[in-house]
Amino acid sequence: MSKVTVDSVSKFYGAVAALDHVSLTFEDGEFFGLLGPSGSGKTTLLRMIAGFVAPDTGSVSFDGERVDTVPVQKRGIGMVFQNYALFPHLSVADNIAFGLSVRSAPRAEIDRRVGEMLELVQLPGKGGRKPRELSGGQQQRVALARALITQPKVLLLDEPLGALDRRLRQEMQVELRQIQRRLAITTIFVTHDQEEALTLSDRIAIINDGKIAQVGAPQEIYEAPDSVFTAQFLGDANVLRGQPSGTRLTLADGSRIETNGPNAGIAIVRPEKIRIERGHRPPTGNGLQGVVAQAVYSGASVTYRLAVPATGDTPFLAFAQNQSGGVIAPGEPVTVSWETAQTIVVKP
Amino acid sequence: MTRDGARVWGAGLYLGLMLAFLYLPIVVMIVMAFNRSPLYELPFVFDLVWFKALATNDRLLQASFNSLWIALVTAAIATVLGMLAAYAFARYEFRAKRTLQVLLFPPITIPWLIVGTSMLVFFFWTGIGRGLHAILLGHVALALPYVIVVIGARFQAVDASLEEAALTAGASPWQAFTRITLPLLAPGLIAAALFAFAVSFDQFVISYFLAPPGVSTLPVEIYSAIRKGFTPEINAVSALIILLSMGLMLIVARFYKFGGER
Repeated sequence: MSKVTVDSVSKFYGAVAALDHVSLTFEDGEFFGLLGPSGSGKTTLLRMIAGFVAPDTGSVSFDGERVDTVPVQKRGIGMVFQNYALFPHLSVADNIAFGLSVRSAPRAEIDRRVGEMLELVQLPGKGGRKPRELSGGQQQRVALARALITQPKVLLLDEPLGALDRRLRQEMQVELRQIQRRLAITTIFVTHDQEEALTLSDRIAIINDGKIAQVGAPQEIYEAPDSVFTAQFLGDANVLRGQPSGTRLTLADGSRIETNGPNAGIAIVRPEKIRIERGHRPPTGNGLQGVVAQAVYSGASVTYRLAVPATGDTPFLAFAQNQSGGVIAPGEPVTVSWETAQTIVVKP
Repeated sequence: MTRDGARVWGAGLYLGLMLAFLYLPIVVMIVMAFNRSPLYELPFVFDLVWFKALATNDRLLQASFNSLWIALVTAAIATVLGMLAAYAFARYEFRAKRTLQVLLFPPITIPWLIVGTSMLVFFFWTGIGRGLHAILLGHVALALPYVIVVIGARFQAVDASLEEAALTAGASPWQAFTRITLPLLAPGLIAAALFAFAVSFDQFVISYFLAPPGVSTLPVEIYSAIRKGFTPEINAVSALIILLSMGLMLIVARFYKFGGER
C-alpha cells in the first residue's frame, strides 16, 4: 500500500519521446487507469514504474522514496502481464508460490498463503493443474494471485483483460475491482479500452503522444473533457468550430450556438445528449437543421449520422433511445437540439 | 487385391526399402562383429574373439577414449558458450546483431577440408600447434554455430515476459534464469549438446589435420587401421559405439519431446 509519484519523467528512443516530462501522483489504495491509443507511452510509463525502463529525466518514488535506481525485484511490486506470463513448467500452486519461494519462505507458510490466494481468486483445488489446462479467465486469476502473494506495495496491470472475451471480461472487471477494494492496494493499470477504464478506475489519465492529456475521475473526464482529443478518445463527440464571441459560437453556415462558458472557437457536444426531431423547426436554444444520412438500428438505440451544413463534411452524430419503435429514414429532414450546458468548451 | 490394399502394400515396400538402405549396412556390421571369420565369411559362427582383440588393442582403445573425452568436453563448452550467445541474440538489441547472426552460417556450409586446412595453418602460425588441445579448440569452434541455432530456436518458446514476471515477483536475475529460463530451455540445451557431441565425435578431417603423430581420435584411428588392412576389431568398436549412441538417443527421446512444449 503506497503512494506512487512520477515527477517529470521522460523516455527518449532516439529523437522520439515515448514519454515527455510526465508528472502524476497515484494515491494510496487508488485504482488508476492509464488510457491512451497504442504508442501513446502508457505502457512505457507502467514499465517505468515497474523498473523495466529507466527514466531519462525525472524520478519515480514510492511513498516519497526514490526508486528509480532500485532494481525491479527490490521494488515490492506485483505485476500482471498482458499474456499472463505464467510459468508453463510449474503447477498453478508453484506459479502462485513463486514470489515466496524465491524469498525462501518456510514451506508451511507458502502452502498456507497459496491456499489463501487460491481462495481469493476463486480457484480452490486447482493448485495441482498446469497453467495450460486452465481457461483464459482462470489463467488470468492465477496471474493475479501470483502478483498478490508477496503483498506488494503497488499492483501493476498491463492490459489485464485484453485477451478475454467480452462476457468474461465484464465478470473479471467486477471481480478485480472487489479484490482491489478488499486489499486496498494501489493499483495502476494500462488499457486502450475506454469502457474498461471508465468502469474500473477511481481516476484516469488520458495519455497521448507521451504527454498527459487529462487526469480526473471517470465522470469528470467524460462529462467535461478539456480537449478535442480527450473528448473523441473517451466516447464520441461532435466538434463544433466557428467564430467565438464570449459564450457565443458562430458556425460555418452562420447558425449560432451558446457554449457553457467563454469559448475560443471550439466546443463539443456528445451524441447521446442530443434530441432529434423530424422536420425543420425553428431552433429553440442550441439547435441545428440537417438531413439524415444514415440510421443504424441496434435495438435499444438508433445511431444517426446527419448531414448538417453547420459542420460541413463531418457527419453529425446523434444517439437516440428507441422510444417510439420507429427509425427516421435517410433523406428525411431533421432538427437536432441540446442544452447549453452540454455545449462544452474545449481547447483544440 | 483392392486399390487401397495395393497402395498400403506399395507404401510398406517403399518404407521397407528405405529402412533397409539406411540400417542394413549397420546391422551387417554389428552382426559381423560377432562372427568368428575375419573375412565376412558365412556360415555365421558366434564368437567374441574380436571384442577380446579390441580389449588388448591399446591404440584403438586410447583413440576411443580420446574421442569420447573430446566430444564430451566439446559438448559441455559449446553448449554453455552457445547458450550465452543465443541468450544475447534472443534478448538484446546491439550493433551488428544481424551481421553476426548471418556469420553463423558460413562455417556450417564451408567444406570441412577447407576449414581444417585453415585451422591447421592458423594454429601453426599462432603457436597453438597440434594436439588434443588444438582438436578440442577446433571442435568447439565447429560445434558452436549448430548449438547457437538449435538453442536459438528453443528461445522462441521462452517469452521474455516470463523472466520479467519472475523479476516482478522478487526473483533476482540469476534466480529468474535458473528457475524459469533454464528449465524451459532444457530440451534445446540437450538437443544442442547432442549435436555438439555428434559433430565432434564424427569429426574426421579436422582431427586428422590437427592430430600430431602418435595422437589420434577414433575416426582417425579407424581410417589408418583400414589403410593398413581391415580387421573386424573395427566392427567390434563400431558395434559398441552404435549401441551406446542409439541407447543415448532413445533415453533422450523418451524424456524430451524436441521442439514442442514439455
